[in-house]
Amino acid sequence: MEKTDLIACRNVSLGYEGQSVLTHLDLRVQSGDYLCVVGDNGSGKSTLLRGLLGLLPPQSGEIWRAPELRQGAVGYLPQQTQAQRDFPATALEVVLSGCLNRKGLRFFYTAAEKTQALQNLGKLGVLELKDQSYRNLSGGQQQRVLLARALCAASRLLILDEPITGLDPAAAQDLYKTLAYLNRTEGMAVIMVTHDLRPALRDAGTVLHIGRRGTFLGTPQAYLASPYGRRFKEAEL
Amino acid sequence: MSLLYMFSFPFIQRALIAGVLVSLCAALLGVPLVLKRYSMIGDGLSHVSFGALAAAAALGFAPLSFSIPVVVAAAFLLLRVANHPRWNSDAAIAVVSASSLALGVLVISRTSGMTADVDNYMFGSVLAMSRTDVILSAAVCAAVLALFILYYHKLFAITFDESFSRATGLQADRLNALLAILTALTIVLGMRMMGAMLISSLVIFPALTAMRLFRSFRGVVLCAAVTSVGCFCAGLTVSFACSTPVGATVVAANLALFLLACGLSALGRRRSR
Repeated sequence: MEKTDLIACRNVSLGYEGQSVLTHLDLRVQSGDYLCVVGDNGSGKSTLLRGLLGLLPPQSGEIWRAPELRQGAVGYLPQQTQAQRDFPATALEVVLSGCLNRKGLRFFYTAAEKTQALQNLGKLGVLELKDQSYRNLSGGQQQRVLLARALCAASRLLILDEPITGLDPAAAQDLYKTLAYLNRTEGMAVIMVTHDLRPALRDAGTVLHIGRRGTFLGTPQAYLASPYGRRFKEAEL
Repeated sequence: MSLLYMFSFPFIQRALIAGVLVSLCAALLGVPLVLKRYSMIGDGLSHVSFGALAAAAALGFAPLSFSIPVVVAAAFLLLRVANHPRWNSDAAIAVVSASSLALGVLVISRTSGMTADVDNYMFGSVLAMSRTDVILSAAVCAAVLALFILYYHKLFAITFDESFSRATGLQADRLNALLAILTALTIVLGMRMMGAMLISSLVIFPALTAMRLFRSFRGVVLCAAVTSVGCFCAGLTVSFACSTPVGATVVAANLALFLLACGLSALGRRRSR
């Protein structure tokens, strides 16, 4: 499959109120890529995601986003908020809300959108939960429903912000398997912020480490050999 | 039935129409507000509208034309405060509430003296609704219904997950502003009948009750609207029959229904185990 550019950052600085969190970042994400963003707390991982999503304009440099992304076709999996955990909505209602970016002022979802929502629930193995209330689902099931919503919004790029927060190890493994599957068989590009280094090294094609002492961008193998990665490797062993 | 004759009084007719419309608006707006953890905004706004009404009376302005802009401005302010990452929004809203309450009481005590006025503003009066109030309530209600019919799915999206909605290109700020304005209008219109201390329960209770009973967002919205209108009608009838203050009676009806819903959902959970 021919690779096309989805996002390209050229010499980008990002930050809030005149203070830069990230500086001089060059990054290119193409279709089918799997990029893991790792780094210390407060190093600007979430800020980077906000920049990539177009929610935060860069202070300098340029973030180029593919036309479809500019129209809102982004599969985004934000960190869950406390308010969501007891939200009264069926899983299907939540997943359908991912189709909104293609909607003008219409009252109903089309049959095609409903089919797509059900397909995505099926793809993630939670179709039988469609009429269950979101608040009664387990953490792993909730995350799958949110992922199905993200798939409704976009077919080429998923952006995930610490997706395994609050999941038990088994559910986390399931989620990684699902992401690897989507990435390999459907050519879905994945950008994931995580604290969990194992998936970054197993599934990802590229690792971006953001730290206070500079950034690293390269393959997982190169990352492990770098001074940033060595620290983590020692911690893992 | 002997109670039917209560509807022959024009003030009861006005109270009934305006009250049904206001409780419908409050219940609908309450669902996103409660789910977004903005319940305190409703409470804050009612206190601000108390202050604004007192000031309007002291300065000789028409009560509604003065308090509506003030409360709408306060709604924007409180929404900004609630969304600000660095402020302690709970404390900020409590400070705004208490300050406007204090200002209102000061203004009233300097002008007309602390008598019936304060009591009426605080706890409401069934006599408060004029023809203008009824017409305004109908207009606000039409706006709220239009918002919910036209933007239902978008409202769901920003209520459930604002960051996702923003990322997929939804104008969350505009919808939030619309919610804030309509909430402000609903509270200003409802507070003279329900009372500044009690109006916020009209926003919060129906949503809470409905959340106990329904598992889908659509179910919660519809149930909140129905319970709110039902509780208002029941409250108004009881208040007429027993000569109790209308605001407090309506709140008591809401509380009773909420407790009933809690009991039902607890029973349902036990049975499903």
